[in-house]
Amino acid sequence: MNQAQKEAYLREYSILKNEGKPFFPYAVAKDGAMACIVMVVIIFLSLLFGAELGPKADPTTTTYVPRPDWYFFFLFEVLRVMRNVPKFTPMATIGVPTICMILLFLLPFYDRSPERRIERRPIALAAGITTIAAMAYLTYSGAHTGSPNSVEIKPPATLSAAQLQVWHAGADVVGESGCLACHVIGENGNNGPGPALTNIANTVPAAQIASTLRNPTPPMPSFKDLPADKFNDLVYFLSTLQ
Amino acid sequence: MPRIPAPPLPKALQPRPKRPGQDVEAGAATPVEAGITVVDWLDERTALSPGIRWLMWRKVPRGINWAYTLGSATLFAFLNQAVTGVFLAMYYRPDAAGGAYESIRNINDNVFLGQFVHGMHKWGASVMIILIFLHMGRVFFYGAYKYPRELTWVIGVVLVILTLAMGFTGYLLPFDQRAYWASVVGININAGGPFVGPFLSNFLFGGADFNATTLSRFYAIHMLVIPGAMAALIGAHLYLVTKLGITAPPWLKPGADDTDHALAEAEV
Ligand code: HEM
Repeated sequence: MNQAQKEAYLREYSILKNEGKPFFPYAVAKDGAMACIVMVVIIFLSLLFGAELGPKADPTTTTYVPRPDWYFFFLFEVLRVMRNVPKFTPMATIGVPTICMILLFLLPFYDRSPERRIERRPIALAAGITTIAAMAYLTYSGAHTGSPNSVEIKPPATLSAAQLQVWHAGADVVGESGCLACHVIGENGNNGPGPALTNIANTVPAAQIASTLRNPTPPMPSFKDLPADKFNDLVYFLSTLQ
Repeated sequence: MPRIPAPPLPKALQPRPKRPGQDVEAGAATPVEAGITVVDWLDERTALSPGIRWLMWRKVPRGINWAYTLGSATLFAFLNQAVTGVFLAMYYRPDAAGGAYESIRNINDNVFLGQFVHGMHKWGASVMIILIFLHMGRVFFYGAYKYPRELTWVIGVVLVILTLAMGFTGYLLPFDQRAYWASVVGININAGGPFVGPFLSNFLFGGADFNATTLSRFYAIHMLVIPGAMAALIGAHLYLVTKLGITAPPWLKPGADDTDHALAEAEV
């Protein structure tokens, strides 16, 4: 905006303001009505959902799947997607939000056109809608997929329906148990300190996998306390990785 | 004693003229008159009335609609967090050895209306996040961040970041499994950031890893540092809003009838 446009805006605004009404009581009444609605919604949510407390924090568990509150799902999702390219993970989880914040911060300084009507600001409209859609999509998919710990690989094509069910159950146990913190499976997880599990069944038979899970080499924790069915699902899943 | 000038009330709220025969000189003994005397006394010493008039009897432009209430609704949600937070703080103990979890359990199970207030704080946070983003959306689509309101916007962006930081630090406090693991993952994400990442995570953990002081650090940040900063910034935000005036809806033209969109359209 140049000086003339600024002055034109101020002139126009002062007329519109003079044509208006006093803040008290007109705007205050509307704000008050809105405040009542907000209060009712909060009370309603509290009565309906309460504030449940989960099991006590236990830093020694390896089976807990972390989940943030819903308004961080989008970040969570970025983390999950970007985990596939480990080199860029820090860049994506910190870098992308930081850049977005800076862009938001500086908005009035690079969008300098005097036009205020959204239908005449095509770039702003497109950017706004894209941002809303992206946030909504990321939040939605963040809410519907597992944690960064979940395993995403294709099951072998030869499995029967029953075997497939066990296979998926086993993949879930891998996710819950935090195996991926130290092992890589396909494109999931960290490569090390544990050996890669991508083709583990080629070199280690199922019985030996089971015994390793019971009596592992430290620092890997033992999984002998898993419920038997979970343990078997886990062993079955690992024995299909070739 | 000087009297404050009468405010420019709308017709409906102005005091009715006295009916003929009514006693006009009832004296300063009636409650209303006594109240006015107190106000006059205060004003003579503080000179606050011009400020209050400036704040309350400024004009808002023609055509203001419900979307303009989102800012004050956010403020209201913030106040709700402050009040319910004070009550929670009366019972909460930031003790990672188990006291924190037990104190929340106690709030939920034993304290009168404890779970209700805890729930209002928890859900109020979500409501505030939704409202702040809606308010930001209104400002964005109405082009209200443009000259001369750039600084109002910049302060607003800082407020969004602080609000999210409140959500992040508050999530750890109940110290259940969900709280603990989400915070550990969250801080580790910070640690991966370029340049400041490791320092930030070191600061949040209060060391290299999760330890006994992490929880009290989060608590201090959550209940003292960020709310203090937010209160100050909201004050600055509202000062600017009042000083610069609230924008008119961008489709309005001066002089045109605000019920007639087509007319405003045709003029351009
Ligand atoms: C704690 C958070 C916030 C509070 C309590 C708050 C409060 C308010 C209030 C009461 C108004 C008056 C007009 C209205 O309600 O629309 C306002 C206006 C404004 N707010 Fe906020 N706000 C907050 C966050 C934000 C954010 C996140 C932004 C943008 C990034 C922002 C930018 C603005 C701008 C530019 C105006 C002037 C709009 C106009 O004149 O039409 N605010 N704010």
